[in-house]
Amino acid sequence: MKTALTQARRSALTLLAFAVVASAILASTYWLTRDTVLANEHAAKLALLQQVLPSDYDNQPLSDTVALSPVEAKRLGHDQSAVIHLARRQGQVVAYAFETIAPNGYSGKIRLLLGVDAQGQLLGVRVVSHKETPGLGDYIDLAKSDWAQQFTGQSWQGPAAAVGYWKVKKDGGAFDYMTGATISARAVTSCVGRAVAWLDEWKQKANR
Amino acid sequence: MSSVYREIAHNGLWKQNAGLAQLLGLCPVLAVSSTVVNGLGLGLATTLVTALSGAAVAAVRHLVPNEIRNPVFILIIAALVTVVDLSMNAWAHDLYNVLGIFIPLIVTNCIVLARAEAFASKHPVREAAWDGLMMGLGLTGVLIALGALREVCGRGTLFAGLDMLFGPAAKTWVWHLVPAEWNYQFLLALLPPGAFLGLALLIAGKNLLDERARQRALRQKTLTQEVSA
Repeated sequence: MKTALTQARRSALTLLAFAVVASAILASTYWLTRDTVLANEHAAKLALLQQVLPSDYDNQPLSDTVALSPVEAKRLGHDQSAVIHLARRQGQVVAYAFETIAPNGYSGKIRLLLGVDAQGQLLGVRVVSHKETPGLGDYIDLAKSDWAQQFTGQSWQGPAAAVGYWKVKKDGGAFDYMTGATISARAVTSCVGRAVAWLDEWKQKANR
Repeated sequence: MSSVYREIAHNGLWKQNAGLAQLLGLCPVLAVSSTVVNGLGLGLATTLVTALSGAAVAAVRHLVPNEIRNPVFILIIAALVTVVDLSMNAWAHDLYNVLGIFIPLIVTNCIVLARAEAFASKHPVREAAWDGLMMGLGLTGVLIALGALREVCGRGTLFAGLDMLFGPAAKTWVWHLVPAEWNYQFLLALLPPGAFLGLALLIAGKNLLDERARQRALRQKTLTQEVSA
């Protein structure tokens, strides 16, 4: 009995010691890498923003933001808060960049980053993250195909100011898709349409 | 190379191959093997972890009481994977963007724990690290073969997307076995059932080769017996 107890205590203490050492290693790794990781993420975010913004702004769009109200954030598919980045030249807003989430991808949410110029024309659409089937639905990602380029230059104006326009061709809309993976394209297309419509409305409301 | 190390290498790369013989770690193998580049990425990340965890487990093997060895090994592996994850995120960010999604998957790969339990806990550090490396490379080979099979059957290409691992210069490395403008696609190969079928074919192929080698050895043996008789 005594030996069993001693043995159990010894095992428990060993496990505790390993847990403490592992936690210490993890904590120090986290502490060592934190700043670099944050800097990397910052640089990656900026690089991503630059892809959908014009090159001739002179402010810091990463920090020049307007916070959206919870209701508006929800319209863009965000759970809580969202911001819209402004690119300015000599104080004048030349473009907007913001994230929106398509809730209805083939396997979950698709996060998109949109850049829109002051006239409401799309400068670019980038997929920030998605869980679509590799090799199948992932063509929405610019790293895999230039499918997303077809949004560039589109805007919520004229015949395009209708929900029916922002659909894939199969559903009577104006946008290409790839056979066998319609759902991903459908989700992104309608989401982009909603987002440009929302931006027009938001600009009028905010009087920008 | 001494015979111990050669034996370990043969075990890891062929005889006890993690993907084809032990059938361990099927979850990430089947999920990620849709293209060569995905297979290569997951394979390399797994190899790094199996080698490191083999060395770490072997180093502490005398300190761990037998009845709590599994929780301790799991702790070590999980901590290692997290350390690799964080370090790559910080110091190899471009590679992390590609392999990042695979790294947490490694924890779900039983091959890591299986080698810790079956090999590293009973062998010295250098042999255990070598075993982990060879097991990882064996798995990488299977992942590349399965990825190639599925990519060729499913999309008619080979080596698509290698630029994610080797930089923009690799964009031109893609082989189009079917002309790109045909838009060829065979869904079965790309979806999970294709992974099962492909893996089954690879296993059958390995068994066939092993069986042939066995027959040949048998013939050789009877031949030499006849000669000596």
